[in-house]
Amino acid sequence: MILLSLVGVFFFGGLLAWVSEIMDARLPRWVAMLSILVSFSLVFRLIFMLDSSGGVLLGWVDEFKGPWIPSLGIDFFFAADGLTVLMLGLTILLGAVAIASAWDEIKERAGFFYFNLLWTLAGVVGVFTALDLFLFFFFWEVMLIPMYFIIAIWGHENRRYAATKFFIFTQVTGMMMLVSLLCMVYFHSLQFGSFSFNYNDLLRVDIPRSLDLWIMLGFFAAFATKLPSVPFHSWLPDAHSQAPTAGSVLLAGVLLKTGAYGLIRFTIPFFPEASEIFAPVAMFLAVVSILYCAKVALAQTDIKRLIAYTSVSHMGFVLLGIYAWNELGLQGAIMTMLAHGLSAAALFMLAGGLQHRIHTRDMREMSGFWIIAPKMAVVALFFSVAALGLPGLGNFVGEFLALLGAFSVNIPAAVLAAFGVIFASVYSLWVMQSVFQGPPLKQESKAPSHETLLDLDGRELFFYGVMMIGLLWMGLYPQTFLDFSSGVIEGLVTSDSAAALYAGEFLK
Amino acid sequence: MFESLGLLPTFPLLGFLTLFLAGSFLPRGIIGLIGAGSIGLSFLVALSIVMPFLSGDSDVTRHVVYTWLSVGNFQSEFGLYLDGLTVVMILVITGVGFLIHLYSTGFMIDDPSYSRFFAIMNLFVASMLILVIADNLLLLYLGWEGVGLCSYLLIGFWYSDPANGYAARKAFVTTRVGDTSMAIGLFLLFTQLGTLDIQSLMVLAQDRWDIGSGFAVAASLLLLGGAVGKSAQLPLQTWLPDAMAGPTPISALIHAATMVTAGVYLIARMHPLFELAPNIQLLVAFIGLATLLIAGFTAMTQHDIKRILAYSTISQIGYMFLGLGVGAWSASIFHLMTHAFFKALLFLGAGTVILSLHHEHNIFKMGGKWRQLPVAFASFMIGSLALAAFPFTSGYFSKDEILIGALAVEGVGFWLWFGGVVGAFFTGVYSFRLVFVVFFGESRGHHDDGEVTGLAMAIPLFVLMILALFGGFIHIPVDSVFSHGTELLGTHEEHSVSTFMHAVMIAVPLIGIGVSYLFYCANIFSVNNLMRLPFAKSLHALWFSGWGFDYLYKLLFISPFLWLAKINRRDFVDTFYAGIVVLTVFGNSLSVRSQSGLLRWYILSIVIGIVLLVSAGAFL
Repeated sequence: MILLSLVGVFFFGGLLAWVSEIMDARLPRWVAMLSILVSFSLVFRLIFMLDSSGGVLLGWVDEFKGPWIPSLGIDFFFAADGLTVLMLGLTILLGAVAIASAWDEIKERAGFFYFNLLWTLAGVVGVFTALDLFLFFFFWEVMLIPMYFIIAIWGHENRRYAATKFFIFTQVTGMMMLVSLLCMVYFHSLQFGSFSFNYNDLLRVDIPRSLDLWIMLGFFAAFATKLPSVPFHSWLPDAHSQAPTAGSVLLAGVLLKTGAYGLIRFTIPFFPEASEIFAPVAMFLAVVSILYCAKVALAQTDIKRLIAYTSVSHMGFVLLGIYAWNELGLQGAIMTMLAHGLSAAALFMLAGGLQHRIHTRDMREMSGFWIIAPKMAVVALFFSVAALGLPGLGNFVGEFLALLGAFSVNIPAAVLAAFGVIFASVYSLWVMQSVFQGPPLKQESKAPSHETLLDLDGRELFFYGVMMIGLLWMGLYPQTFLDFSSGVIEGLVTSDSAAALYAGEFLK
Repeated sequence: MFESLGLLPTFPLLGFLTLFLAGSFLPRGIIGLIGAGSIGLSFLVALSIVMPFLSGDSDVTRHVVYTWLSVGNFQSEFGLYLDGLTVVMILVITGVGFLIHLYSTGFMIDDPSYSRFFAIMNLFVASMLILVIADNLLLLYLGWEGVGLCSYLLIGFWYSDPANGYAARKAFVTTRVGDTSMAIGLFLLFTQLGTLDIQSLMVLAQDRWDIGSGFAVAASLLLLGGAVGKSAQLPLQTWLPDAMAGPTPISALIHAATMVTAGVYLIARMHPLFELAPNIQLLVAFIGLATLLIAGFTAMTQHDIKRILAYSTISQIGYMFLGLGVGAWSASIFHLMTHAFFKALLFLGAGTVILSLHHEHNIFKMGGKWRQLPVAFASFMIGSLALAAFPFTSGYFSKDEILIGALAVEGVGFWLWFGGVVGAFFTGVYSFRLVFVVFFGESRGHHDDGEVTGLAMAIPLFVLMILALFGGFIHIPVDSVFSHGTELLGTHEEHSVSTFMHAVMIAVPLIGIGVSYLFYCANIFSVNNLMRLPFAKSLHALWFSGWGFDYLYKLLFISPFLWLAKINRRDFVDTFYAGIVVLTVFGNSLSVRSQSGLLRWYILSIVIGIVLLVSAGAFL
């Protein structure tokens, strides 16, 4: 029931936020924050349930199953395991961060804004918890449409283009996934005599060899677009640079992770053989993403575009770790997802904060901000060095494990990907140089006046502080997080087919 | 005492946290007290650890603080390790580190970012200590990257000047190239041997790998990549001269005494691995030799007082690499220690000169300053004597041991020795060129103010003078660390080196000093006359530029990368999707045209359609 209430909190919270605008324009943000607090308490309860389910966090907790369209084998089927809980924690934390970043920024139609924001979160929570594939697909779409509105309504100068591009990319590849899904359901009915969208049923489906690579590609395309991986990445820089700060935070921090989650949860367990054949290609795409996007990032002058490209580069490590398909690689991928979720969200929040203050994203009009806004500079420095993979912070643990996992199956890919770490230092330090270091701007230049550049206030410092502590925690004592997912991952990689494992869990 | 091993980096770390969080509220006195005091405490802890170790009351020990990472069969601990090598390193880091911090309380007193300076300095010392007490390569890597970050932050300390930022980034990125090689080395070691604990690794490597086996060669080569990056050796030496952009105490601490010797430490720590790959070990020797010669040439041509010292540092670390490569492990560590003494002395002396002369760096604008800057003069005299290996100064003993070690190698040993001796000649020339030009002769500058010196700055100089003079008599307790090593030599043993060879080694640096005297003090010969020789100008330009490495790297790596980035700023992958859009729009405009609203067009197209359909039907 917790999972259902979690989704419900966001759905109803969203509606309430919208309606509450009638009473007071400042009410929606409080409603949104309250929904986050409620969902936090729910996730905490989930963590305790996992803990009491006995040490090793294997198998599902808090299942909820109710009929939806019985004739087609479609249920309301939610469940969570350790991996889900990590993702939910990240989602809700970044939900809070997104609301905090929108707090003063969004003034127009605030009610509808927070409605969209909460519904996006509802979609994400649904994606992470749905174990009925029809339901999953439903949430996959739910996630998309409110985000489209967030970009298209509250975005910047070129928002229509960016929002439409985001929508079409996700929609087209989402369709491919739907087709693949229907094929699987069809094969299920051939083999077992009935339709079913149930995850565990579909795991048992035997797909003919001639087709399974193609069906797998449908899923892969949808998830790789969301991740994103080269060559499906080009929606991301536009969406990020145009989205309001809260949108960027959610996109980078949470929405991208649904792609990786989908690969881990669905694509590879559904198609183990096809995935094995496909793994070298996926790892190649990962390496290209890492290196190519790091290179493109360096040439950007729009700070949000730059960070967007670095996101693609970092998600390459996730893809690399996933397709290494061993414990090290998968744990690395998950740690990178968590750590990048925080660091990228913080960097986008910083970029958004800068834009809010000085009304430009162009780095050529920035320089020497350290003197005027030292706190902001130190915070930016922290997240930049986190992004470049400094040991002691979460991103390093993730990338190191992902590379280590990849090294044991594909040495050339791991070695090439390791060069991404050098590029990461080049662009991260370049941002620090061109924004915060260097000489202060001359007053007579057409650049925005420095008077508008206020240093971080208490509310911002609090949220950055939380994220900094999170990254330090992940970097210095990652075991807390690794323990959540270790059972799940062990199950995924040790059993020949994940079906046996999870089916077993359900039978008893 | 194991708790105290953990305490070692704790004090600097606490100092960092305090200054980071509260630095802007504290008065300067307190900041200096916290900044230098934390290192002082750390030094006391180090003494309390070392004393029982030296008196034999305690032995090599390991201590696990907690398990950092455990995934599947991969486990990495926050493990600490103490042996003779660690003892030397922690004493140098905390001891010399404390002196430099003390000096900095005076040197930086007028800087607006006083607390930021000490915060990063403290973080640096903490990272450096973690690097040397780590029992695990991943933890070592944490310290390794940590010192790199602090180095970056301190080189770019005066961030308003973009040139400083450039130097800082250059240092970070160049060393990162080496670090990446090292990280790949860790991957290889783990996938082959299943652990990253240094001690277990060494045992396993010796167990499983034969001498000269491919894995040993690859792993040691990859680690060597990390070492040459951090220690500024060929081919990654280019960052160190530019790193002089930072405040001078930084150059003393990070870019002379401690961080840049991390590569030497790494190789010494992993020496059983390098012994399994004799070719790579010999490569270490040749890298050292080539670096010490190249840097020696360049040091003779520089004008900037700090750049001369920087090239000298590169050159001296070259000697350490030479020592490592010939298996003179303890001689290298010995030189690491004495070098920390005399090079810190030289840099701090240079700091006094620079501060007293209102940030003048060009030695040819100084001259005759010995009367005006007596303390700096004494520092430079003693430091340069030790640097040039003047008999019975600290540098003499350590360099002597390395060269004897080189001679002991079969085959190429003589040539390694010969190259080292030639390097010693250059050392004599460039170190006393600096002394003569700055402190003797006519005063060429206009600054005649007194020497800037307070107790805080003077005391460290005096202590370092004593260490630079007599540090050679310290016996470092590393014999047990390296005793199981090669049969090539144990260092403090006597080798059959002929008296003639000894005489050469003593005489050559003195000749170098003499040559320098003739050119730069007595003015019997003149550089200007030399420059008239054919090729002299271009040769000078080549040496002055550090043998054109910067130019080469710019040509080979930086420019192509920037060019690629620039031409593809708009991400050509996107043009594919843009192409789809264009195509769709085009298709749309075509179809729109058919909706013309003219009845006759519609009738005509219906007729054509019917005709086509009917004729198609007729044919089928």
